Amino acid sequence: MGRCRSGRRNPIIRTKSKAAKSSAKIGLSKQAKEKMPLQLNLLEAAAEQGKSADHARSHLSADSAQSVAVEPPELPVSPVPTTRQTRSERRETAESMASRQREISVSEFFTKNRHLLGFDNPQKALLTTIKEAVDNSLDACEEAGILPLLKVDINQLAEDRFRVSVEDNGPGIVKTQIPKIFGKLLYGSKFHTLKQARGQQGIGISAAGMYGLLTTGKSIVVTSRTDPGKPAHYYEIQIDTRKNMPQVIIDKILDWDAPHGIRVEIELIGTYKKGRHSIDDYIRQTAIANPHCEIHYNFPGGEGTLHFPRASNALPLEPREIKPHPYGIELGALIKMMKETPARQLGAALQRDFSRVSARVAEEICRVADLRPSANPHTIVVNEAERLHKAINSVKIMSPPTNCLSPIGEEQILAGLKKEIKASYYTAITRAPSVYRGNPFQVEVAMAYGGSLPGEELIDLLRFANRVPLQYQQSACAITKAVLGIEWRSYGLSQSKGALPAGPLALFVHIASVWVPFTSESKEAIAPYPEIARELRLALQECGRKLAIHIRAHKRAAEEEKKKSYIEKYIPHIGIALREILGLTDKAETELVAALKLVLERSRSKESSQE
Amino acid sequence: MAAKKASGISPANAAGKNVLRAITTTAEDVQRKIMARKKPTMNFPVRSLANVKYQPQRGFFEIAGRKKERTLTVNTVKTFAQTLRMIALSKELIQNDDIATKREAYYVSKNWEDARFSEQPESDTVMDDVEAFFAVNREQLGFIPEEKGGDVAGKLVVLDRDRDSGKMLRIDCTKFGSGAYSIPISVETLDFETSASFILVIETAGMFQRLVKHNYWKKADCILVSMGGVPTRACRRFIRRLADFKKIPVYVFVDGDPYGITNIYRTLKVGSGNAAHLNEYFCVPQAKFLGITPQDIVDYKLPTHPLKDVDIKRARDAIKNDPFIRHYKEWVHAIEHLLRMGVRAEQQALAKHGLNYVIDTYLPEKLRHPERFLP
Repeated sequence: MGRCRSGRRNPIIRTKSKAAKSSAKIGLSKQAKEKMPLQLNLLEAAAEQGKSADHARSHLSADSAQSVAVEPPELPVSPVPTTRQTRSERRETAESMASRQREISVSEFFTKNRHLLGFDNPQKALLTTIKEAVDNSLDACEEAGILPLLKVDINQLAEDRFRVSVEDNGPGIVKTQIPKIFGKLLYGSKFHTLKQARGQQGIGISAAGMYGLLTTGKSIVVTSRTDPGKPAHYYEIQIDTRKNMPQVIIDKILDWDAPHGIRVEIELIGTYKKGRHSIDDYIRQTAIANPHCEIHYNFPGGEGTLHFPRASNALPLEPREIKPHPYGIELGALIKMMKETPARQLGAALQRDFSRVSARVAEEICRVADLRPSANPHTIVVNEAERLHKAINSVKIMSPPTNCLSPIGEEQILAGLKKEIKASYYTAITRAPSVYRGNPFQVEVAMAYGGSLPGEELIDLLRFANRVPLQYQQSACAITKAVLGIEWRSYGLSQSKGALPAGPLALFVHIASVWVPFTSESKEAIAPYPEIARELRLALQECGRKLAIHIRAHKRAAEEEKKKSYIEKYIPHIGIALREILGLTDKAETELVAALKLVLERSRSKESSQE
Repeated sequence: MAAKKASGISPANAAGKNVLRAITTTAEDVQRKIMARKKPTMNFPVRSLANVKYQPQRGFFEIAGRKKERTLTVNTVKTFAQTLRMIALSKELIQNDDIATKREAYYVSKNWEDARFSEQPESDTVMDDVEAFFAVNREQLGFIPEEKGGDVAGKLVVLDRDRDSGKMLRIDCTKFGSGAYSIPISVETLDFETSASFILVIETAGMFQRLVKHNYWKKADCILVSMGGVPTRACRRFIRRLADFKKIPVYVFVDGDPYGITNIYRTLKVGSGNAAHLNEYFCVPQAKFLGITPQDIVDYKLPTHPLKDVDIKRARDAIKNDPFIRHYKEWVHAIEHLLRMGVRAEQQALAKHGLNYVIDTYLPEKLRHPERFLP
């Protein structure tokens, strides 16, 4: 970055406006700076890489693709003595460096940094590929109001080579969009909206295709049909990593028996394993958190297809899209919004572009910021924007609307748990929505206890964000931290210091939010915002109390049962012994046993009434 | 027969009658309580070191009188049933003049369906409780241990009777060559003839073998007894009767470690906490501790091993809780000495100075000063 010197004034505005210009193409929305630190990292990293790129080509045209356009170097104005210029210690000139400075496409960047997207190792690559495809399918089906029916196939071609296929009954994708969606990174519908969805940034499935291409040279194969009356389209697509553009290898019409939906096939190098981080577990957990979905799952070494039936015909409530809440907006994003707003006056712009800003609140913000409500928002300058930003955070504004959230719901969670986990007791609670940094979120906790669950081991903690299972980075996650922070012993479970509790328990924790604050792009762990940590704690405690009641009642009943069976079992032996010693008759023995039973039954009921 | 009277225990069959009477009384008491719609109770003496007292003029651990009451409740119904069935088994054994080993009794319980024992230690505990309840020797209840009594060699003739003919047998313990006479489980009917001047009781079979091989008993004019670890009741009773009968001293030669002192020697001399109701007969109050003393380790420059954690724990526990050790300052000092050195020495350590050093030097030197033996 040090080489990108520019002597202009007001660099913030300049950079922002430049970024704004290209943002339309690469998907840097008005929320991008705030919500997605990756974007910033990406820009920086891209510039960084540009410095060392080998290709001495320069792409400076404004409309070339998604990257940071490096400033054209200014001519050296200070004349340096020629004698010194020829000295060997000055090895580079601005011009010679300029010849190597070039843009980096996001595809190239992620090819080098694929661990950021969950392709760190072969096992994870296979899981991430399936996961991205399944998440997309579920999102699409729900958006279209279709009960999802998924077919997931993992076909092992060689020791480390797999062909995966994910098919859904969703709305399909129109022909013209297919290449871009599957052959271009950061292309999608979800990034620009503030609404609860599984996918967030439009990287996943194309990155999976890119990984497949990189490791096997095979194209991503997409079959799509949008309507039974229309033909099915078959595409083989490759991603041109240098340009981040799709290359269509084959484009044809196909006979397909599905009325509508998508099938994605990717061939890749991977590893199929069982266990905590397995695809099997991902599918099972997905089935739990999405009881409205039906999955047929075919895996290597499996005996036929594994069927996860649908437990509920109720589609999740359609989450609404909301405008950003003023709390939590960042300065850069605020400036951009003000520049781009169609409103002519500052006050109106605040009301129009933010949620929960009434005329009165807008006026209050302007007053605190010492700005006229009637000022033109398009001409806002940096120091004015700073005052506005400060003012927003000092004015009391109502919490954002929470109808943008679509929790799974207690009933549905229970249905999901009951069909996949055989336990003797189930409980679930959905907390009321809450807000962190201007983003609404909601916590749900459920428990399955007893039954066939292993009693001595640590509990099975199932983490979910927007209905997607989180399988990696357990210890870094806010959910795990919240669970560790609970005194489980007071809820009837054993727990060693600093560890998860032990007992026959599957603990289900779900966070739904318009923007789940993941700690990284691979979406594996949730950042511990204090508001989130608090809601998690309260939800866990509430569920814990219910569990404790059950455990105690269960223990009491078992104790009672044991005592009763003790009496039945051992009293006859006292009779036998006394008969043998004293030579009692059968009648005397029977009487004795009956009397003793009476004595003990009476004392037992006395004991339990004292408790 | 006079010998039996002197030993203070009555013949088995006569005792059997008393035991049978006690059993019947107990059962009737339980039956009466139940028929009166009351919870029956049995009182068992607490069998532990915490419930014994030591008086040197009596010479053994006596039960201090604390009892645990076992009332028949829902929680105790299993043990109660098992105890009564064990008593019933005992009655059957006495009536039929039969015996059962502890292990056999455990297997008999396998017929008791739900009341059966799942492991032998459970049945042993119940048996020990019954024994303590009636305050009799378990042999009188018809139960016998599996364990061997110990080995004897030296200037002793044991008078026993042939099982079939009832003819007197004279067993000369000098005539076992390199072997030894084995102490039977029941020693009450034995008589003795001896001219030996003392009994030397030895912890390990190895040391016993060495002394037998070199006919040490001939040289030292003594009777050799090998305990093989903590002495069994039969072994203790045998030595007691022999020493009482012939009024000869008993010297004990064990390893110089906390186990040798506080378990083996102490149990021989004053009995155990577990069977305190019987210690009166199963102890040898006249026993004296010849070695290996902690001072021997220094005097004889014996090779040693460091004390293990269990040794240290056992030693500290003895100083703190063992009424016998606490009664004798000499013992407290000796054990503290051992703890300070932090080492232990085995009997065989004397072999460092030559294999027969123990015979030629150590024992003769020690036996010159019996007054120096530890109490």
